[in-house]
Amino acid sequence: MAREDYEVVIGLEVHAELSTKTKIFCSCPTSFGAAPNTHVCPICTAMPGTLPVLNEKVVEYAVRAGLATECTISQDSKNDRKNYFYPDLPKAYQISQYDKPLCEHGKIEIEPRAGRKTIGITRIHIEEDAGKLNHDEFGRGSLVDLNRAGVPLIEIVSEPDLRSSEEVDLYLKKLKSILEYIEVSDCKMQEGSLRADVNVSIRKKGATEFGTRTEMKNMNSFRSITRAIEYEIDRQVDVVDNGGTIEQETLRWDEVSGKTFSMRDKEDAQDYRYFPDPDLVAIKLSDEYIENIKKSLPELPESRKQRYLTEYKLSEKDANIITSSKYLSDLFEEASKICNNPKAVNNWIISDISRILNETEMDPVEIPFDSKQLAKLVQLIDKGTISSSIAKKVLVEMFEHPRDPEDIIDEKGWVQISDEGAIKEVVIKVLENNPQSVQDYKAGKEKALGYLVGQAMKETRGKANPQMLNQMFKEELK
Amino acid sequence: MDITELTVHELQEKLKNKELTSYDITKAYIDRIQEKEKDVQAFVTTLEADALDKAKKIDEEMKAGEVEGEFAGIPIGIKDNICTKGVKTTCSSKILENFVSPYDATVVEKLNSEEMINLGKLNMDEFAMGGSTEYSYFKKTRNPWDLNKVPGGSSGGSAAAVAARMVPWALGSDTGGSIRQPASFCGVVGLKPTYGLVSRYGLVAFASSLDQIGPITKDVYDSAMLLNIITGHDDRDTTSSNQEKVDYTKCLKNDVKGLKIGVPKEFFGEGINEEVKEKLEEAIETYKELGAEVEEFSLDIAKYSLATYYIIACAEASSNLGRFDGIRYGYRAKEFKDLKDLYRKSRSEGFGPEVKRRIILGTYVLSSGYYDAYYKKAQQVRTLVMNEFNKAFEKYDVLLTPTSPTVAFDIGSKSNNPLEMYLSDICTVSVNIGGLPGISIPCGVDKSNMPIGMQLIGNKFQEGTILNAAYTFEQKTKFRENHKPTFRKGEE
Repeated sequence: MAREDYEVVIGLEVHAELSTKTKIFCSCPTSFGAAPNTHVCPICTAMPGTLPVLNEKVVEYAVRAGLATECTISQDSKNDRKNYFYPDLPKAYQISQYDKPLCEHGKIEIEPRAGRKTIGITRIHIEEDAGKLNHDEFGRGSLVDLNRAGVPLIEIVSEPDLRSSEEVDLYLKKLKSILEYIEVSDCKMQEGSLRADVNVSIRKKGATEFGTRTEMKNMNSFRSITRAIEYEIDRQVDVVDNGGTIEQETLRWDEVSGKTFSMRDKEDAQDYRYFPDPDLVAIKLSDEYIENIKKSLPELPESRKQRYLTEYKLSEKDANIITSSKYLSDLFEEASKICNNPKAVNNWIISDISRILNETEMDPVEIPFDSKQLAKLVQLIDKGTISSSIAKKVLVEMFEHPRDPEDIIDEKGWVQISDEGAIKEVVIKVLENNPQSVQDYKAGKEKALGYLVGQAMKETRGKANPQMLNQMFKEELK
Repeated sequence: MDITELTVHELQEKLKNKELTSYDITKAYIDRIQEKEKDVQAFVTTLEADALDKAKKIDEEMKAGEVEGEFAGIPIGIKDNICTKGVKTTCSSKILENFVSPYDATVVEKLNSEEMINLGKLNMDEFAMGGSTEYSYFKKTRNPWDLNKVPGGSSGGSAAAVAARMVPWALGSDTGGSIRQPASFCGVVGLKPTYGLVSRYGLVAFASSLDQIGPITKDVYDSAMLLNIITGHDDRDTTSSNQEKVDYTKCLKNDVKGLKIGVPKEFFGEGINEEVKEKLEEAIETYKELGAEVEEFSLDIAKYSLATYYIIACAEASSNLGRFDGIRYGYRAKEFKDLKDLYRKSRSEGFGPEVKRRIILGTYVLSSGYYDAYYKKAQQVRTLVMNEFNKAFEKYDVLLTPTSPTVAFDIGSKSNNPLEMYLSDICTVSVNIGGLPGISIPCGVDKSNMPIGMQLIGNKFQEGTILNAAYTFEQKTKFRENHKPTFRKGEE
């Protein structure tokens, strides 16, 4: 059978690090990139006799995430211990939530090519992150860095509603944008603050039972997730087509070889012996508490999108791109306000800026310039100081060596030539050098004019004012 | 005057009157430790030099009028599962043989802010698991009343040291009877506070939902004083209560007229030694004479307490002891093939047999497929036990039972029979299951001159009530004045 004969079923468990200042059970800082074992204390290194105290901000952030994904918030929740041994887990148990998560039964809307679709959120619960093992390259053993141990996470578990890597990609991007909008996670995937466990299974089209699933753990790039899912679907189809059966196992995706490898199978499945953590009291939330958080939620992407359609008359496609990231969306609104030209700002974001982000695999948060600088760029074009082709070069500069667009133009000598005499000189030169085009134009070929303008732009290295060029060519060719 | 005969409230008085200095007191206790430790074996770590230095410093401060703590210069002994910064905290386990805590437990901070003097860390059953202190990795502590007998446990070092006058008072911990049973065996006073009254921060966890730190003292007044020092809400322990602070010494009225005492008959049934029963019956008569209203009633559910206790305690212990993995601190096996081997060998070599037994039991009752039948069921029974106690306290102010079914037993007589050892907790565990306060005070000796303990159980946060009942009994019966440990080596 071919791949088209199978239905793909995917469910995701997404871990997002919460951007609280301190860890979930102690007051150590959560910031990334510190020297190993400098953000630690007796509690997060599990010294004997220490006790956890739940950071209330963690509950608040998780409730925000729950409300933003239309979950029901549990008013009676608790922490459970998940017991297993690993050197990055100092207590030999992770404090998580088992049967009473904070948030349940939510949903997220996505818009795949085939049309709008709702993806169910099974639950969102809070838990602590583990530390990090650094394997010594000279074979002297492994060292553990516990800076990350106790950094708060939410785990967002989806229903197995996803049917393709495209849907997974859209779901993850939507989820990421929601978490950014409500400011509970910075979602920096390259720092591991957003990572996904991907469960993939296939079944014959029309079947009602799920197939056996495999799980790929700790994926932290959209591109790898898509590649890994595609690979895994092909692999599973191949196995089934050849009469084999899919083993329930945990897989590791290898980016270099583009393949998945088995990490452990069902036989190694751990019994985590979950039980309620007796060191922590139940989490009881009042109606008022939940209501107050609900009131404090900012405008979410869906609502912003609707507003952009009516207020700024953006196309649905453009509004989708811009609202996909809180950062882009804020950039759009702020820059538009300053330069009063939302159409131009929109064009910059969805074309050049998006292209550069794509090419460099940069996250919008990492854009090195701010809304004022983008607005300035638009204003410089509007005022005729630079041409839009020069502006494209300025933008590249703004990405590569961030500074004010005016400074870039000054340094590079890119100010547009709007001096009539200078432009006339160029026009005459171009006409002399291109008699064929002149003839063509006179013969009625309007296109020739474009060619001549192009030549003039080339001559001035893009600095000539294109409107003036156009006008002057027309006059000279009369 | 033999300083070590004095209670802390007497010492405090003499310090205030300048009859004694802190140095006098500390020196007297250190001399006593040097004299008796070879027989009693109560300490894992002694701090002679540090203690004397601190005593001298406090005496100077006192002279200069710079001392604020009410108990400044009073020595104390601390059970070796309570973390002390810069001093080893071993839990009497090989796995923590050389472990020095980087921080002080909340109770230790409280002792320090009173400027009390730590004489040393006291022996115990490994990780507080046991009822005889025979499961210490380091030494077997002896009962000062008979050196061939156990001091009880797990706070056997604390109780024996107080009984032998090697410390004026001590801190113990109680998960299923570990303060009260050794206090009973050694003829001293031991109080387990209501769950949540004393911060557990810095107490190396055995069973988190049951553990409490409490005083072991020569008399009831001292227990009330030490309780005053160690109670109070702690932000670092979310299970610690927000109760307003009480001065427990003010609860000691020496009057039990009209006090309603309930005697649960199940605690006097099968397995209770006849002489123990007799002394308890005498105690009941004493209370009646003192004007209390005593009534027998049935606390049927209590019979399930022991099983419930061992399921919950072992389950929590199996998880709490996971951190002793040889990675960050504590014992690590010398040779290992890989990570699994490192874990297996470090823990196999580092833990003693009773700890292993309980880790295995606890792992079993939490494992998938057995959780509902054991752990979940035990939690349900726990609720029932609590309900039954609540009902009892609608009628009674205090419940009266033996602390232990027997007096102290011979060293070695039960250490190979875990079940029999577990039975010695039968009278005490239900108090932990219920999260209630319980005190053990001596109520007499048997024919072989071994002390017998009486347990008084109160409703939650009613420490004042049981302390008063104990105090009134003590004032009437004067056990300490009439009976002294003899340090005999076996029965003559």
